[in-house]
This record gives sequence, structure tokens and C-alpha cells, in this order.
Amino acid sequence: MSGIAAGIRLAYYDKKVCIIEKHYRAGGLNSYYNLNGRIFDCGLHAITNFVPKGQKKAPLTKLLKQLKLKYEDFGLCEQKSSSINFPEVSLRFSNNFELLNQEISDKFPSQKENFQRFHKHILQFDELDLNPNSSPGLARKVVSSFISDPLLVEMLLCPLSYYGSAKENDMDFDQFVIMFKSIFLEGFARPEEGVKKIINVLLKKYRECEGELRLKTGAKRINISNGKVCSVTLENGDILETKKILSSAGYVETMELAGEKISPDDGRIGKLSFVEIIYVLDQTPAKLGCDKSIIFYNDSEKFTYQKPDEIVDLSSGVICCSNNFCFDSPLKDGIIRATHMANFDLWDGLKQEEYQTQKNIWQKKSLEKLLTIIPEFSPSIVFIDMFTPKTIKRFTGHFGGAVYGTPYKIKNGQTPIKNLFICGTDQGFLGIIGSMLSGISMANLHAMN
Amino acid sequence: MTKEEIREAIYNIISEIVPDEDLNNLDDNETIRDQIELDSMDFLDIVLELRKRYKANVPEEDYPKLATINSCVEYLEPKLKDL
Repeated sequence: MSGIAAGIRLAYYDKKVCIIEKHYRAGGLNSYYNLNGRIFDCGLHAITNFVPKGQKKAPLTKLLKQLKLKYEDFGLCEQKSSSINFPEVSLRFSNNFELLNQEISDKFPSQKENFQRFHKHILQFDELDLNPNSSPGLARKVVSSFISDPLLVEMLLCPLSYYGSAKENDMDFDQFVIMFKSIFLEGFARPEEGVKKIINVLLKKYRECEGELRLKTGAKRINISNGKVCSVTLENGDILETKKILSSAGYVETMELAGEKISPDDGRIGKLSFVEIIYVLDQTPAKLGCDKSIIFYNDSEKFTYQKPDEIVDLSSGVICCSNNFCFDSPLKDGIIRATHMANFDLWDGLKQEEYQTQKNIWQKKSLEKLLTIIPEFSPSIVFIDMFTPKTIKRFTGHFGGAVYGTPYKIKNGQTPIKNLFICGTDQGFLGIIGSMLSGISMANLHAMN
Repeated sequence: MTKEEIREAIYNIISEIVPDEDLNNLDDNETIRDQIELDSMDFLDIVLELRKRYKANVPEEDYPKLATINSCVEYLEPKLKDL
């Protein structure tokens, strides 16, 4: 998505652009697939950064303006409400920040003023500063300097980590602020048709600007001459000459294409990967008693966000009821999605037969876990699909199936090669809107001259 | 292009980039960004639109010369006089 957004900007301003995409369908990490007569989103639970039409300075508003799109084009429908469930306490939140404020006042009365001071600090913070030398520190430390109840700190970190952090057990504070604003101050929404709607809008715009898109065209090698990129060798052997490359393949992945030797234990490779189980139901989650859009749960008072020792870690997770958004007309199927942290190496090491067995085992264990959190829905299941870190690696090309890429973001998009730049997840703006803004910012900064 | 035409062209570009802003009360001698909501991405779009529409290149070091409407007109006049 960051790549298409960058492509639209450049093509609109008369640059000759060619986007190469390995798969037969655009969208990367946030694409969609057909299975069993249905269309499934790969990863999308909800789009963060939702704001009402015309809201000034908001990332969504900036994005639409930069891509010359109308607010209505994405067809975004707001969430109902979501919650963060820890043992003994849960916090509800919606696209109205007052709900979270009220919940914190009710459930953490001693933190009411601390949270208000913290909110002010967040509002004043410039998380989009592209200067790579400004270091805002780590989130746990900064948040704890405002909020003195460790349980509340953990509860705030849980959803923000799950929806974007590439770092284990902590976040850079600027990334925390991006996520805090995009989830708590702005909010969740979905298009009725899912992510396909957004991809199609972007592709249509890109074509109108006369950009070239080559699907099923993987890059095999980025060719360097005299310290500069001169061309790309494609998987089919063709060579495309170029003056500049903006790569959304990930930082380490891009550097490997440019000839760097990357070992599987390279510290720059992200460790966080997930399994996701998608349940298709013959009725809506609301009818079965689940009215939340998204539930983030954690089993204990301390939130652990790291590559698990086991193949899947059920001690925390995200449950998304795709139906519980304010759509104009109801979705055809009931959909519940569950996400848990998972270990890439363990999944990757399984033989084909064992892989299928493990998928079945963990799908069942996940279901048992879900039923301790939301009402019984298993008699309504008509179809189940599941993907693992191995699937993520296959479709995104990210080493280690790292959904959120490297923990070391390259904010200015520069690589050691002077006309090779990165955009997308590894540049550091998060979420779908963030990734598109990343493509736009990097195109503006590095490729408009 | 005459000065008046250049002025109109700039107004057209700005009104398309920030359609929600009221440009009727803009003072041509005052800094544009002090009067209307125009972030750095919007400002870059003014520069890019000038290039797209009129082939007028504005190098980054000259960006300060686009601060007010009048300074824009002065700066662009020699670049656009043959159009």
C-alpha cells in the first residue's frame, strides 16, 4: 500500500513510475484472498486513524488530500466499541475518547489526573518528526513517568503493541504516540467490502495518473554500480533501468536484494509474528451475544509481547468481530477473527503433514480460549481458515514472518545506497493509513526532484 | 503571463489544495501560512503544481520566496513571462 501511495504521488506529478509486485494481486501485507467462494482480508481487523470528514491535521485527511481522493472513496464505517480485557478489570473504548477517559476515571480513580496530564503530553508530541537523531526514549518508561499504576500502563500497551509494534516488550515512544493517537484519539473503522475497497481505489487512481503496474513480477536483485542503484533484475530475468528505487519490501529484505548477506539471526529482523484464525458463522456475532468490535485480552496483570517459546502463545490475543461496525447494510456472513503471537522458526521447521496437524491443534486450543472471553459461537461455525507465520513469510516476503518488520525503523527512509530508499512499515509510520502516508512522505522527500 | 494572471494562477492552485479555506480575505502582503491552514505537505503541493501546470521549477532554497502572494508573483514573473 505504501508503494501504491508513493506511486500515485509520483505519477500524478509526471514522474515515470513502474511498480513491481511479486504477487498477482496488489496490497502486500494488507491484501485479500478468495477461498471457498468468499473474499477474506489477509490481515485487516480495522483501519486505525478514523476521523470524521474534514478533521484538520489528521493523518487520514492529509492522506486523502495528498492522493486527491474524496473522503467517501474509502467507504469507512466506524466501529461500535472495543475493549481491553485483563483479569479483574476491563476498559472499554470507542471512537469517542471520552469513553476511555470515563472508564479510566471509574476503574483507576487514582490515575484520572495522571492520565489527563499524559493525554496533554501526547497531544503536544510531534511523532512525525523525520529526524533520525531525535530519540524520544522507550514507551514503558515515559508512560510510567505519568501513570503510577503499572496495571494501567500494561493495559494501554496491549492494544498499541498488538496493532503495530515491531519491538518486543516495549515500543519507541514516538511509535507509541502514533498508535495512541490512531487508536484512542482517532479510532477504528472498516469499509463494508474490506480492504479490497481501499486497494481498488488506490489502483484506479494510480492508473488514472498513468502509472505502470506489473503484477506477478518479483525483484530478484537490485543492481549497484559505483555505489548507486542502476537497475533491477526481475525474477524472469528482465532488467529494468532506474534512477531511483523506493522499496516497500522491508529494510533488511531490500538490503539483501541489494547484495548484502543477511543471516537468519540478524538482529535487525523483527521477531513478532502471529497466527490468525478466521471463523465464518451462519449468524452475526451480535446475535450470539458479542457486541464488541475488537477485544484485546491478556491473561495476567503483566503484558508479555515477545516471540513465544511455544509455537503459539494464547496468554493474550485480539478478537475482531468484523460485523460490529456501523455498516449501511449487514455483511453476508458472520465473521470472527482471532490473533495470537506465534513463533516463526517453530512453524517454519514443521514438515507438511505435521504443519497441518499443528494448525488443527492450535485452532482448537484458540477456540477454547476464545470461549472463555466471548459467548459460545462454535455451533454457528460454517467455515474456518487459519494462517501462520509461515504464510506471512510466503506472502509478504518478510524474514521471520515479521508482520511489523524491523524493530529499528529508518525514519528518513535512507539506506547506505544513495538512490535507494525504503517506505512502508520499516520507515516507521504504522497502520494502513500510516503506511500510505509513509509512501507519500518518502516520495515527497526523495523522489520529487 | 501578466502579474495579474500569475496571481490568479496561484489562487487557483491554493484553492484546489485547501478547498475548505476561505481565501477571500487573504492579505497578499502577509505570509500565507499565517493566514490559512497550510502544512508543509500542502506547501510542497503548491511547488509541484507550479511545475506540473507551468513548468516553473522552484528549487528548495527559493521556498522562502513563496511566503506571501505578492512575493510569489514577484518571484514567478520572470519564470512565467513567456507563457
